[in-house]
Amino acid sequence: MSRMTKEHILNALAKGMRFDGRKPEDFREITVEYGVTKSAEGSARVKIGDTEIIAGVKMGVETPYPDTQDKGNLMVNAELLPLSSPDFEPGPPGMEAIELARVVDRGIRESGAIDVKALCITEGEKVWSVMIDICTINSDGNLIDASALAAIAALKDAKFPKYEDEKIDYMEKTDKALPLKKEPVTVTVFKIDSQFIVDPTDEEEKNADARLTAAIIKDGTICAMQKGGDTPLNVDEIDKMLSLAQEKAKEIRSKL
Amino acid sequence: MAYKKRFDGRGFDETRPIETKVGIIKKADGSAMFKIGNTVAYAAVYGPRELHPRFLQNPVKGLLRVHYNMMPFSGHGERVRPGTSRRGKEISMVTEKALIPVLDLAEFPNAVVDVFIELPQTDAGTRCAGITAASMALADAGLNMKDLVAAVAVGRVDDQIVVDLTYDEEAYEDGTVADIPVAVLPNSGKVTLLQMDGELKREDLKKALEKAQKTAKDIYEVQKKALKERFKAKEVPK
Repeated sequence: MSRMTKEHILNALAKGMRFDGRKPEDFREITVEYGVTKSAEGSARVKIGDTEIIAGVKMGVETPYPDTQDKGNLMVNAELLPLSSPDFEPGPPGMEAIELARVVDRGIRESGAIDVKALCITEGEKVWSVMIDICTINSDGNLIDASALAAIAALKDAKFPKYEDEKIDYMEKTDKALPLKKEPVTVTVFKIDSQFIVDPTDEEEKNADARLTAAIIKDGTICAMQKGGDTPLNVDEIDKMLSLAQEKAKEIRSKL
Repeated sequence: MAYKKRFDGRGFDETRPIETKVGIIKKADGSAMFKIGNTVAYAAVYGPRELHPRFLQNPVKGLLRVHYNMMPFSGHGERVRPGTSRRGKEISMVTEKALIPVLDLAEFPNAVVDVFIELPQTDAGTRCAGITAASMALADAGLNMKDLVAAVAVGRVDDQIVVDLTYDEEAYEDGTVADIPVAVLPNSGKVTLLQMDGELKREDLKKALEKAQKTAKDIYEVQKKALKERFKAKEVPK
C-alpha cells in the first residue's frame, strides 16, 4: 500500500470523512443470518459491508482435559480462505489466522459465554466439545469483529445432535440449545496517525498504525483484549479507544 | 427388492432443485455459487496472475490450478479436519482436467489462473457442483472459453439408472450402487470428467452417460441464465 494512499486517508479523516462516505466511528451495514449450513449443529453468516464470514459449530463427545474433568471443551479455528482474497494463500493457518482464532476464542472463553460445566456428560470420562470454525468468504477488512460476531451467532443457532447409547446421530438434531450465559461482542478500534476509526476496509486496515480489540459483555464489562500493530499506545489513548469500543458494542449487539 | 421410488420422491432422471448465482465474491476476479439440493459449492477465480514458484512458469502456456476444499463443518458427520487430504488433492486434480479443455492456456503464458472451490454444506455430488460453479466463475473472470462445463453425478441404484445421487442413495444397502460423476461440455457432449465407484454393466454406463449429457444441457441453460443475470447487474445505474 502506497504512502500516497495513507496521506489521502489522513487528509479525509482530518475533515471527519472516509473514502466510502462514513464518519470515523461509523460501521458499515451489518447483517446476521442464522442457520446457513445444515451440516453444522449451528451456523451463521455475518456481513459487515463487503466483508463476509461464515461460522459453523460442530459438536462431538470427547474425554475432558486433565485439568477440567467436569467441563466441556471449546475450540475455535479460523480459515482465511484463499477464495476470499488475493492476499490469502492455500496452506496451513498463518500468523494472521491463528491470532484471529485466538482472539475470538478468548472473547468466548473469558466472558464465560458457554456454561462449560453443563457440557459435562460423565465427569472425568465424557464431555461435549464445541468446535467453532470461522471461514472467510470475502475479506474486506475488520475480520476480527466480523468473525467474533459470526462465532457467537453460530453458538446461538446451535442445537445438540441426538446422543444415544454413546453414539452421536448427526442426522438428527434435538431442540436443545447450547447453555449460553453471556453474549460477548467484539469491537476493534484502529489508530491511523492520531485518528481513531472503527470497522476499517481492507485499504484502511493496511494503513493503520495500531489496533485495540475488546470483547465486551452486555453490562459493558471488558473480558478480553488484544493490542495489534507496530505503534505503541499511551494510557489516555487506550481509554479513549475502549470507550468507543463500548459504545459500538451496544450497536452491534442489537444485530444479534 | 427393487428401487421403485427415490428416497426424496424425485423422478429417476430428475436433479434436485438447483439455485445458482454469479458474482458472489467481490475480491475475486470471477466467482459463482452453485446449489443442488443440500450441496452448495462456492467458486472463486483469481488471475491470470503471476505464478510462484517461478520454476513453474511456462513461456508457452499458462497454468490452471484448482484447490477443492470442504469447510470443517460441511460434512455429514463429525467435523472435517481442515488442511489437505488425499481426497481433496485428487478432486482438485480431476477438476483441473475437467476444466482445461474449455480454456486456452496459451493466452496467459507464464501466468496462473487459480480456482478455489469451497463447500459450506454437502450432500453428495460435491465435485460436480464444484466444477459447475468453477466454470461459471471462469466465465465471470472474463477468460476466453470454448464452452462451459456442466457436471452431474449419474449412476445406478439397485436396478435403476438415476441422475444426481444423494448421500442416502450412495449408501443404499439393499442392492448394488454405482456412482459416476461426469463433467460434460454441453455443446459437443464430450466428457471431461469420468469416475466411478461401484459395479456397472457396460450397456448401463452408456445409458447413464446419455442421461448425464441430457442433464448437462439443462444445467447449461441455468448457467447461461445466471451469467446473463450477472451481466445485467453490472450495468451502471443512471
